[in-house]
Amino acid sequence: MTDAAPNPNGAVGGGLAARNAAEAVRRSLKRRYAAERRFRMYGILAVAFAVCMLGLLFTTIVSKAVPAFTQTMINLEVTLHAQDIDPQGTRDRETLATANYRSIVRRAVFDLFPDVTSRRDKRALFDMISPGAVFAVRDLVLANPMLIGERVTVRVPMSDDIDQLNKGAIRKDVPEAERRVKDKQIAWFERLENRGAIETVFNSTFFTAGDSREPELAGIRGAAMGSFFTMLVTLLVSFPLAVAAAIYLEEFAPVNKWTQTIEVNINNLAAVPSIVFGLLGLAVFINFLGMPRSAPVVGGLVLALMTLPTIIIAARSALKSVPPSIREAAYGLGASPLQVIAHHVLPLAMPGILTGTIIGMAQALGETAPLLMIGMVAFIVDVPHGALDPATVLPVQIYLWADSPERAFVERTSAAICVLLGFLILMNVSAVLLRKRFERKW
Amino acid sequence: MSFPVLFGVLAVLTLFGFFLGRSRAMATAGGQIRNLHSLPNYYGYYIGLWCAVPGFLLLIGWMALETTVLDGMLVAHLPKRMTDVPGAELSLLLNDIKNLAHGDVTSRQVVDADLKDAAAFYGQLKVSSKMLLAALLVVLACGGILIARGRIAPELRARNSVERAAMAIMIICSTIAVLTTLGIILSLLFESLRFFEKVHPLDFVFGLEWSPQTALRKDQVGATGLFGAIPLLAGTLLISFIAMCVAAPVGLMAAIYMSEYAPARVRGTVKPLLEILAGIPTVVYGFFAALTVAPFFRDWGLEFGLTISSESALAAGVVMGIMIIPFVSSLSDDVMSAVPQSLREGSYGLGATKSETIKQVILPAALPGVVGSLLLAASRAIGETMIVVMAAGLAANLTANPFEAVTTVTVQIVTLLVGDQEFDSAKTLAAFALGLILFCVTLVLNIIALTIVNKYREQYD
Amino acid sequence: MNQSIPQETSGDAPVTQSDAAGIKIAARGVNVFYGEKQALFDVDLDINANEVTSLIGPSGCGKSTFLRSLNRMNDIIDICRVEGGITLDGEDIYDNRIDVVHLRARVGMVFQKPNPFPKSIYDNVAYGPRIHGLTNSKTELDEIVHTALQKAGLWNEVKDRLDQPGTGLSGGQQQRLCIARAVAVSPEVILMDEPCSALDPIATAKIEELIDELRDNFTIVIVTHSMQQAARVSQRTAFFHLGYLVEVDDTEKMFTNPSDERTQGYITGRFG
Repeated sequence: MTDAAPNPNGAVGGGLAARNAAEAVRRSLKRRYAAERRFRMYGILAVAFAVCMLGLLFTTIVSKAVPAFTQTMINLEVTLHAQDIDPQGTRDRETLATANYRSIVRRAVFDLFPDVTSRRDKRALFDMISPGAVFAVRDLVLANPMLIGERVTVRVPMSDDIDQLNKGAIRKDVPEAERRVKDKQIAWFERLENRGAIETVFNSTFFTAGDSREPELAGIRGAAMGSFFTMLVTLLVSFPLAVAAAIYLEEFAPVNKWTQTIEVNINNLAAVPSIVFGLLGLAVFINFLGMPRSAPVVGGLVLALMTLPTIIIAARSALKSVPPSIREAAYGLGASPLQVIAHHVLPLAMPGILTGTIIGMAQALGETAPLLMIGMVAFIVDVPHGALDPATVLPVQIYLWADSPERAFVERTSAAICVLLGFLILMNVSAVLLRKRFERKW
Repeated sequence: MSFPVLFGVLAVLTLFGFFLGRSRAMATAGGQIRNLHSLPNYYGYYIGLWCAVPGFLLLIGWMALETTVLDGMLVAHLPKRMTDVPGAELSLLLNDIKNLAHGDVTSRQVVDADLKDAAAFYGQLKVSSKMLLAALLVVLACGGILIARGRIAPELRARNSVERAAMAIMIICSTIAVLTTLGIILSLLFESLRFFEKVHPLDFVFGLEWSPQTALRKDQVGATGLFGAIPLLAGTLLISFIAMCVAAPVGLMAAIYMSEYAPARVRGTVKPLLEILAGIPTVVYGFFAALTVAPFFRDWGLEFGLTISSESALAAGVVMGIMIIPFVSSLSDDVMSAVPQSLREGSYGLGATKSETIKQVILPAALPGVVGSLLLAASRAIGETMIVVMAAGLAANLTANPFEAVTTVTVQIVTLLVGDQEFDSAKTLAAFALGLILFCVTLVLNIIALTIVNKYREQYD
Repeated sequence: MNQSIPQETSGDAPVTQSDAAGIKIAARGVNVFYGEKQALFDVDLDINANEVTSLIGPSGCGKSTFLRSLNRMNDIIDICRVEGGITLDGEDIYDNRIDVVHLRARVGMVFQKPNPFPKSIYDNVAYGPRIHGLTNSKTELDEIVHTALQKAGLWNEVKDRLDQPGTGLSGGQQQRLCIARAVAVSPEVILMDEPCSALDPIATAKIEELIDELRDNFTIVIVTHSMQQAARVSQRTAFFHLGYLVEVDDTEKMFTNPSDERTQGYITGRFG
């Protein structure tokens, strides 16, 4: 079979042919190593691109978010005349709560600049103070009715435009027509600054208030509580269901068409676009079952169905990683199948299951699209107190604020993103730590 | 008595049943565990299950059906002149009655006696519904406890019964995934069929114009709206294509670098970084696209004399591409690591360089898996919602120009359904028909991708 | 990772340029480490040109490790470190100036398990010539493939289905395809790492026959766990034990009259 090559001088052969080949290889080396370096460079570039984009995203958002954590305030001297608030002197709460604080605040603001007289200028002046000032004065009086008749200094927020001016986001060197703050307002603001009436303080409103149309009064507490209740429902529904399903599929299910169908189904469900789950929630939970719109309970159910496959898949692989020898040992002692699972397999698989659950919950926490479908986009000022109250969630709040035209909402959106990312990082880190802490090599 | 309270009551009763069962079993066995068939705890579980399962089912069923039943009763109670109105107005009326009963403001200026009467009736209905539920729950739970207690005897095979019940519960749980899929298909199909009664399916699938604004009055121009899905599909494809143009090369090269070149230390840092990219909520990407990337492209276009819309398909696509890089890279990484070491050695043994080995041996060997991962990534791009909602346009342009604004299927679903819509209009139903298309397309992509990947895995296992 | 230690030419075997019966590869004081663990201790071994040298010994004795250090396949294992000198035609192959790609083109390798690429039979054989740029035209490449397959004794079996995947062949055919693949690059040395261990006896016989024929054109080093195979195909045999080269001699002498009692023990089947 090893008859001579058709061409005795062909490249294949010992001696001469080998030496020729070696020479050819040597000649090709330079070109090939250049190609090698290029290829490797593409790889490095790809990784660098992805990492740079991540860095760009984080720096953009964090740098935009920083100003949101401070708020420009003004120390306003307010005279709480008794005849304005409570002419009869009853100190009745209802009377106190409904008094005309607006005019009190107006007077206090106009007192700052007695030289401002025209209606238009007065209006512009009053616009520099946030509408929240009125509520701040009211709350002060309600908390301490003894103050009536006194002259007090109240620290109230300034309007979002003045706040932006103070933070340098609205620039003074832009022509007046192109910015939202008038020249006069800037002049007044500078005079107030010189008087020492302006203070820049930590923006606690952002963490204690619900949503608001006024950026300076808007906070994430409502959305955060909404997220909390939604996640609670999701966890309570998806965790037990997923663990039970995973145990059955991994430990008991016979291998047949039906089990295969379930498996294929779970894998596919994990890849169904999230918005489709929103359509399901709208059609089934809201229209068919008549559950309340905008309620965390519905959002929680939808997200539970969505995270179910993630947790089932994670739980199954955790169960699979428990070595059969453990099961055999327990069976050998006469334990029933369920006892084997409950006493031995499940405790060993639990860290893995919990890790998967945390990751699934983190996904659900960041999910927006399906919640839009079930009405969790409503403008809701009140902080929800239960899973049935209308509420929104953090990512939806971000979406709503991102859509708002006010400049000051940009920084609040970024700040809300930082808070959301903070929660997500916390969850993921705890998942990683859990995995590290309990990781077992069998 | 709200539902959480009732669940609490049920839990307390169940706990009581558990202890009762345990002590009862011990009592019948004369205090000797070895006289019992099962451990005493199992008798506890036995009673607990008899108490909890019927009660739980009752509560869930009531929760699901209460609103529907009460609404029906309310409508039946209302005088005919009030209910003889179109569906949308009726639902508004019901809403007002409920708000009134709840003590909230209503949408009407004047609240007449009829309405007040109805509200009072509804309030009463709700109260009696809850009373009835509470009574039924207690009866059912206690009845369960009594029946089960009567059966407890040393020879009762409590463990076997409890385990059978547990197995049944687990089997039911495992079907939830199938039920969810079924629910998705049925609700999408059902609503789509209603849509197709108003708009012909062929007009929908092959129509070239999309303007779903149904007018308020019948005589207005374009009162029926135009529901041609082609521009939406084209927009979706355009944006997904741009996304894949970013994600496929970057993800693939990143995967190659990570699996074949990177030293362990680099791999250890970069891999988690890429995973972070996958964990960022899409709404954040949307914000990033709208705030940073789109203006960047627009300004960049101005420099070169190009008109790039601030809602360009390019910006949305590029950001979406960044989002799916980690999907491509981690899946491809897995797939390439699965290529047997012997093939690498075979190639190195012939004197191939690393890149020659990768390009000519590993990639061809891993091709099915890589294709699968790209398909999965494409399906994710097609179904992605928030980035396009925030960064892509609303107007349905039929164009292949990436600098122009296009809209996508998901954007339209969101715009059609967000805001107060009556549920029966062609507009809202159209969203479900779009959802059906989206579901089918992604499902087919997923099935193909998963089949390819599984086949591939088997090949090297 | 891979250290290149200056060649020490002290020792009794002088390193000379290879000629018809000269020394092709010379190993001097080779130590190989996997991380902390030492796998080979101070191995001195000469491999003659145009001869078949077989490396035998019990599993884990270091024979494969030695083989893989001859074309620096150990480089791809991160934790592996080679010390000592190995020369090919008098050139230290661990020298920094030596290019590993070039080296492997000169010292080809056939592996324990047949590992054809998931490509057609033709492309498998053409792979080496293509990456090394050995040909300028399709006809030349066709010829190389033809010759290589003929040399591997596979031509008649596959000439009608060159475009079918190499993975579709039987185990023995796959291994001969891998040999053809190695031959196509025209190496000077072919290393074979237990090439028949995954094959049935008939396929094994074919490969052994082939090895004997290839000897005319190539220097061959073969690792085998079968002493009969070593006796059948090789002219010289080296016996490794626990990382040490115990004995190297003409095959005939080795199997009839070994000088070391460990060799004696191994070939008579007392351990291994």
